[in-house]
Amino acid sequence: MRLSPDEIVFWQYGSFKLNATIVFTWGLMLILAVGSRFITRRLSTEHTRSRWQNLLEIIVTGIAKQVEEVGLSQPRKYLGFLGTLFLFIAAASLFTIVPGYQPPTGSLSTTTALALCVLVAVPLFGVQEQGVGGYLKSYIQPTFIMLPFNLISEVSRTLALAVRLFGNMMSGAMIIGILLTITPFVFPIVMTLLGLLTGMVQAYIFSILAAVYIAAATQVRRTQSKSASDHSSMNSTTPRNSHG
Amino acid sequence: MDSITIIAVASIITAGITTAFGTMAPALGEGKAVATALTSLAQQPDASATITRTLFVGLAMIESTAIYCFVVSMILIFANPFWNHFIAQAAGQ
Repeated sequence: MRLSPDEIVFWQYGSFKLNATIVFTWGLMLILAVGSRFITRRLSTEHTRSRWQNLLEIIVTGIAKQVEEVGLSQPRKYLGFLGTLFLFIAAASLFTIVPGYQPPTGSLSTTTALALCVLVAVPLFGVQEQGVGGYLKSYIQPTFIMLPFNLISEVSRTLALAVRLFGNMMSGAMIIGILLTITPFVFPIVMTLLGLLTGMVQAYIFSILAAVYIAAATQVRRTQSKSASDHSSMNSTTPRNSHG
Repeated sequence: MDSITIIAVASIITAGITTAFGTMAPALGEGKAVATALTSLAQQPDASATITRTLFVGLAMIESTAIYCFVVSMILIFANPFWNHFIAQAAGQ
């Protein structure tokens, strides 16, 4: 029984292994990058557009709208990072309909890398928005005693992000593998369908959680200066200790 | 029983118990969350977008506890470090 696509090795030279995770990750990156490049090469503002441009516009504006609803008032600034996270994870789970494909997000190394990206990006966006002092001050809010807890929260939510995505994708692949030995023909297809849904939900969750963390890091001062009446819409998204 | 047998028995039983109890509580929690969300959807259909988004994020948070239990039981069965240690020791002798 394989726990992750790390254990499928295509090619090996010395200690350098080319396993399925790396191959499928680069394949996905190639498809996403080349596809976007081909679509955006002939953009038009006329009334007649290609259907691919419509697709891409729906995706981009949809992500921007979701990010804005979480509480980031300027979604364009964060669209590159959050959109890439969403598209990569969504494509990784969507391509499971291709036979022989293993989702690279079913490997703990991929999900850890994505979670580390979030861990690094949150302070960067926070510093960009509030300056170094302003961001570091958010760690000792509301009092100095909360410093270790804020640091623990930072680490634990990164771990939670990584293990949640890994567990969901790995369990999908593993359940299909087990079912193939018990009920070979019809039932695995149903579970694959369920896996597609789970994958999309997890991609959504991952990017929304990243957006929530960024919103919490960039908006501490703004929510404090506002009156209590008009941040009721942000109440669900802004607390710093929202780790899963 | 030698130590490998003890480790195997303990790992298998613990993996079963971990998954059993680890899915019970999140199932109750998710049921409660969905029921509350449906109630508030019926009361305020206009806020459906916000309610659904919050529900999904919350469900993923609740479900991640069950996923942690699943990962722990998978590690116990398929990638048990103690088992590997004793197998390596037995092979070295």
